[in-house]
Amino acid sequence: MAATQVVRSEWTKIRSVASTVWTLSLAVVVTIALGMLITALSRHEFDRMSRQDRLTFDPTYISFAGMSLGQLAMIVFGVLVVSNEYSTGMIRTSLAAVPQRGTFLFSKIAVATGLALVVALATSFVAFFLGQAMLGAHRASIGDPHVLRAVIGGGIYMTLIAVFSMGVAAMLRSPMLSLGILMPFFFLISNILGNVDATKKIGRFLPDQAGSKIMQVVPRVGEDTAYGPWGGLGIMMLWAVAALAGGYVLLKKRDA
Amino acid sequence: MIELVGLTKRYGEKLAVNNLTFTVRPGMVTGFLGPNGAGKSTTMRMMLGLDRPTAGDVRIDGIRYDRLRDPLRYIGALLDAKAVHGGRSAFNHLLCLAQSNGIPQRRVAEVLDTVGLTAVARKKAKGFSLGMGQRLGIAGALLGDPRILMFDEPVNGLDPEGIHWIRNLMKSLAAQGRTVFVSSHLMSEMALTADHLVVIGQGRLLADTSMADFIERNSRSYIRIRSPQRERLLDVLHDEGVTVIESGSGALEVDGGKAEQIGELVAQHQIVLHELSPQQASLEEAFMRLTAESVEYHAHADTPLEAPFEGRFEPRFERAPERQHWGEDWTRR
Repeated sequence: MAATQVVRSEWTKIRSVASTVWTLSLAVVVTIALGMLITALSRHEFDRMSRQDRLTFDPTYISFAGMSLGQLAMIVFGVLVVSNEYSTGMIRTSLAAVPQRGTFLFSKIAVATGLALVVALATSFVAFFLGQAMLGAHRASIGDPHVLRAVIGGGIYMTLIAVFSMGVAAMLRSPMLSLGILMPFFFLISNILGNVDATKKIGRFLPDQAGSKIMQVVPRVGEDTAYGPWGGLGIMMLWAVAALAGGYVLLKKRDA
Repeated sequence: MIELVGLTKRYGEKLAVNNLTFTVRPGMVTGFLGPNGAGKSTTMRMMLGLDRPTAGDVRIDGIRYDRLRDPLRYIGALLDAKAVHGGRSAFNHLLCLAQSNGIPQRRVAEVLDTVGLTAVARKKAKGFSLGMGQRLGIAGALLGDPRILMFDEPVNGLDPEGIHWIRNLMKSLAAQGRTVFVSSHLMSEMALTADHLVVIGQGRLLADTSMADFIERNSRSYIRIRSPQRERLLDVLHDEGVTVIESGSGALEVDGGKAEQIGELVAQHQIVLHELSPQQASLEEAFMRLTAESVEYHAHADTPLEAPFEGRFEPRFERAPERQHWGEDWTRR
């Protein structure tokens, strides 16, 4: 069984279902549109901000504000790519065609990750440039120190959100269960854990909080994280790898 | 050729498949028969490496399924017509299967034509009727032009024309020298298509025999006689050395005789008859008795088995000695 055959097959699968198009489009549109809205509002707010807020104003980071919602569409993309095999019963047909389960799972993940990366990088760049256009005089330039890192990092961040979701879906199989856990986790629980003093230290090591560090250009006052921007992205990557490993082990063991 | 050796699947306490050993040979249709819940689908899933056996082994042409390179070229299977992503078109469904096994794209159009789905090739599978879904599943099985084909209840949901089509398809595949393994819970269906029969009940092998043999063994023919002069009739038949079985409702049954002989015999003795009719037990009946015994055997494993048809039917299976664990039996053998 040549892996290239399976990769081609998985590409056919992913491009031939409507959910791929609408989840990814939603991620693009929401991230960019919400980013533009928030940057536009910030520009008007800027003159009323305190001195400290103005000093730590991060025009790059704020143009990625739409990702907080856009990442939810990425989660749906990641979950559906894997779990629709189970919810439709296709998994039995797929595994009969490709009994090497590792080849099957990782070809699927590779194809979905590649597609997510292309879409997420494009989204990140567009969100940055349109966001900066909205900020007018307060804008950052792509040539400023660390800005390019933040923009590319934003694309990787969104991709890793999708990859983590694929791993979770490979473990849980059910799309409803996977979404029911991932959505509230990234939308609510992670934020709560990250903002409550008692849990802040743990919260910083959650995938989204660690990963989003890469998008910051201006350091926040009084913040002392144990990792830098790439370190944070590394932590997020570890989460994704752990989820995939769990999914692989369970797929190997389970009856289809 | 498919070889099963001691194949066993246990779900918790329940043995779904119990020490199955048989071989599916090329050049004929082998029917895999058993009542619903007998373990047919579980067995077939294990044959495809989807479920892991608790014990035992399956070999496809001597190779384990997960060691096959491009398995669709060896063995094509229709397990469940609904094992398809409904949002994908028939063409793309088959295309992704073909690509995964390095099968050229033109085969997709060919098998769509074979099963008669060319007109709806670009339609999403969720709009398909059950019959069309079965045809799509069969197209997937034929895709790699495999030497072995496996169908799980293929006629389910098909209209009479579809049933006719699939019967002919299976026969022609076998005539080309391929191995065809098809499951059903209907004896009547098997009688029309299968050359060889593997019967299971409660996960155990009950029979592994040619269809002709099964018919000969199990289709009992007898003559039913009813008479108001029952006692005299019994005496006369007894004197002639004819064995009589008294069935319910006062009728008598004579095995293996000719109606003419009995008619002439009773005429000589001037006995009034109300009925003299040759009867044939159906295969369906024989199959039900065969599998019912397995159910009974399991339900009362500690009490002596009451087998009303013992002697008349000789089911071709070996019973394990009673009060003995089945697993122990095969490990010893």
